[in-house]
Amino acid sequence: MGKVLHIQPVTRIEGHARISVHLNDEGNVEDAYMSLMSLRGFEKFIEGRPAEEVPRIVNRICGICPWMHHTASNKAVDGCFGVTPTPTGHKLRELLQVMAHINDKILHFFFLAAPDFVLGPDADYSVRNVIGVVKAAPELASQVVKMRQLGQMMLDRFAGKAIHPIAAVVGGFSKPMLEAERQELLKDTQTLLDFSQYALDYAKKNVFSKYMDVIGELGVITTGFLGTVDREDGSFRIYDGRQRLMKADGSYVDFEAEDYLEYLGEHVEPWGYGKMPYAKSWDEGFSLDLDAPKGIYRANTLARLNVCDQMSTPKAQAALEEFREAFGRPAQATLLYHYARLIELVYACERTIELLEWDGITDTDVRAKVTPGAGRGVGVVEAPRGTLIHDYSTDANGCIESANLIVGTTHNIGPMNMSVKQAATSLIKDGAYDQGILNKVEMAVRAYDP
Amino acid sequence: MIAELLEDYGYEQERFAITWVSSAEPDRFVSAVRSHSRPGSSLIEEGDMGVTTALEWLSSCSGCEIAILNIGEGLVPLLTEHLDIVHAPVLMDHKYFGQCGDEGLHLQIPEAVVGIVSGGVSNEEHLEVLEEMRKKCKVLIALGSCATQGGIPALMNGQDSASSFDEIYQTPSTDKGAKRPDEIVPALLDRTYAVDEKVKVDLTLPGCPPNPAHIAEVISALLGDREPELPTKSVCDTCPTKREGKGSVTTVKRYTENVEFDPEKPVSEMRCLLEQGYMCMGPVTAAGCARRGAPSCIDARVPCRGCFGSVMPKGNQMLDMMNALASNGIDFKSVVDRRSMLRFSGAHGNLRPKRRAAVKEE
Repeated sequence: MGKVLHIQPVTRIEGHARISVHLNDEGNVEDAYMSLMSLRGFEKFIEGRPAEEVPRIVNRICGICPWMHHTASNKAVDGCFGVTPTPTGHKLRELLQVMAHINDKILHFFFLAAPDFVLGPDADYSVRNVIGVVKAAPELASQVVKMRQLGQMMLDRFAGKAIHPIAAVVGGFSKPMLEAERQELLKDTQTLLDFSQYALDYAKKNVFSKYMDVIGELGVITTGFLGTVDREDGSFRIYDGRQRLMKADGSYVDFEAEDYLEYLGEHVEPWGYGKMPYAKSWDEGFSLDLDAPKGIYRANTLARLNVCDQMSTPKAQAALEEFREAFGRPAQATLLYHYARLIELVYACERTIELLEWDGITDTDVRAKVTPGAGRGVGVVEAPRGTLIHDYSTDANGCIESANLIVGTTHNIGPMNMSVKQAATSLIKDGAYDQGILNKVEMAVRAYDP
Repeated sequence: MIAELLEDYGYEQERFAITWVSSAEPDRFVSAVRSHSRPGSSLIEEGDMGVTTALEWLSSCSGCEIAILNIGEGLVPLLTEHLDIVHAPVLMDHKYFGQCGDEGLHLQIPEAVVGIVSGGVSNEEHLEVLEEMRKKCKVLIALGSCATQGGIPALMNGQDSASSFDEIYQTPSTDKGAKRPDEIVPALLDRTYAVDEKVKVDLTLPGCPPNPAHIAEVISALLGDREPELPTKSVCDTCPTKREGKGSVTTVKRYTENVEFDPEKPVSEMRCLLEQGYMCMGPVTAAGCARRGAPSCIDARVPCRGCFGSVMPKGNQMLDMMNALASNGIDFKSVVDRRSMLRFSGAHGNLRPKRRAAVKEE
């Protein structure tokens, strides 16, 4: 008789998920699912709240990427109240959001994903974790812990709170930056930029070249991609720009955030709380069929690198060129998300320096005049896990009337299910499985950093 | 007799204490609460290995776990020497149903001396995980405001949650006809509960996020068999802003313009935000967020919204704040959306759905 393997909880990810692998009588994979197990209801319980309060409520959607919810929400509330942030307010928001990407990437690559590569996918579960990495590579680990902490404390010192921020506000920012603060942040970011290049080199040498065969096979699927690009020249963007939806063949359309409903839909299956966004505008419906998926695109690091025409900063651009040379555009291999993540780390450091070097960053005109009222606003930013959409409508009193959110991770729920099925089917044969094999199935999920 | 009964219910003598306090003895009450909340540190036995520790998260966002990582310098020795982490979904790979997912139907967490739980309890899986943690851990710590008071997800307690959860699957981007998922996923409870509404908790550490220094302090106190030193005052008591009297303020402003301050000068040169006419929850909120002198939102020149929960045990931040406003001659009706004063402490029955207008029975 067949049986079901319950890989639960899916570990070293940010959230609650379960993988169910259904085996038939012969012990081969009949089907495999990844279900998101939690539902909190942010869209509904922000109804009735004064909209200017919402950016400091919805940041609690995610404690790893609270800055992105914070800025996307502020952009949406700007739209509702019809206010344009001051140039400095706008740039301070971008600065903090880009800075927040830095420690997110260090966290994911080194704390969550690295154990699979440093200790090996088949290492025993009791050592295959960040504590094992600390013991196996103490120098690297101490550097990583220091750099992540530095990134968090830069946010914390300037903006009061690194986790669940409050300093971005409708109309701009709550306080200006002093020259001394700017100088200190510049110094610290230079340290992080040096580290980011070291991290990329380390991973190229010790991870990507070593695991090239695994990268070429594990969880590999073929899909489209969604990201954000500069309105003028198609460069990589994470705070502001135009959405770009690319098909697997590399053709794409660009659209403005407020038109997202024309391009994206959300499919619901009964076996997971997470909705599965798909490309409605492709007019082919929704299917997770591995050989002929319909409407399926991916978001997050690999997607952003695939859709952009170039990186706007020199070191990240050099890394992108090397990446494209090796893997083409669009690159499809799922584990390349890790590689793309480290290129984004370099970009985030370079962009932080660019923003800090902008003359206006210490200007004191940080918040525009705001009058609460009725309206609609769609705020989109690139969160570490993908394109993040906050869409609010307010009543005459400036309180939330309705809200629709599509958060980064959800874009990849469909693709993660496909990658899980692909990995499980190719790794589990004739009833033979062990903890190492099941961990490889999880690695296909972990690449997406859900 | 009560002691015997408790033992019959499976509470070992080490895990409870009984003290009689009359309602007219506040000091004795405080000292009794303090001594009762001794986290059972004597339960910890010394060994060569670190102290076994299990971490779990329920209805949560992982911000508490990031706060643990933000301990900073002490983190590496904590993880590698002082603690022996036996279960922690965010960091390591221990599974509920065996490492191959084929052992038993009831989830299993290894035994541990210390258990740390973040997040509130809002579905059946959270409840099962929490009960297993209580069973397997000698000392259970509720970490973060979701675990201690419901936190932001407990805002859902203020509305009809069943219909609200259904409506999430009816948004404009969702396919028409979609229904709330009901296979494999755990069923939702009637509301979001704080951890201590479901199991006995030995120590609570609120905050959204909690202060990394306090997490380190609690662990080091447990390891050193001593009382942790944690703040007991209100945010206001620890706020360095200047107080000059409320002056002519009679209503509360929305935070749609920046507060008045000189960025070149420290927070201690800024006037109290309540005196500036803004809603600031400092008077009724537990202190603990400050990491560089001033409370952390005040440090960013932004008013407090109460993320550490009520400063009074079992207090109600909304009622206490309304009282504070009214007694200062401020019209509490000028507060838009009074219920969101409970945005961090909606568990314990504080936030309930608004009653619908009574329908006359024919």
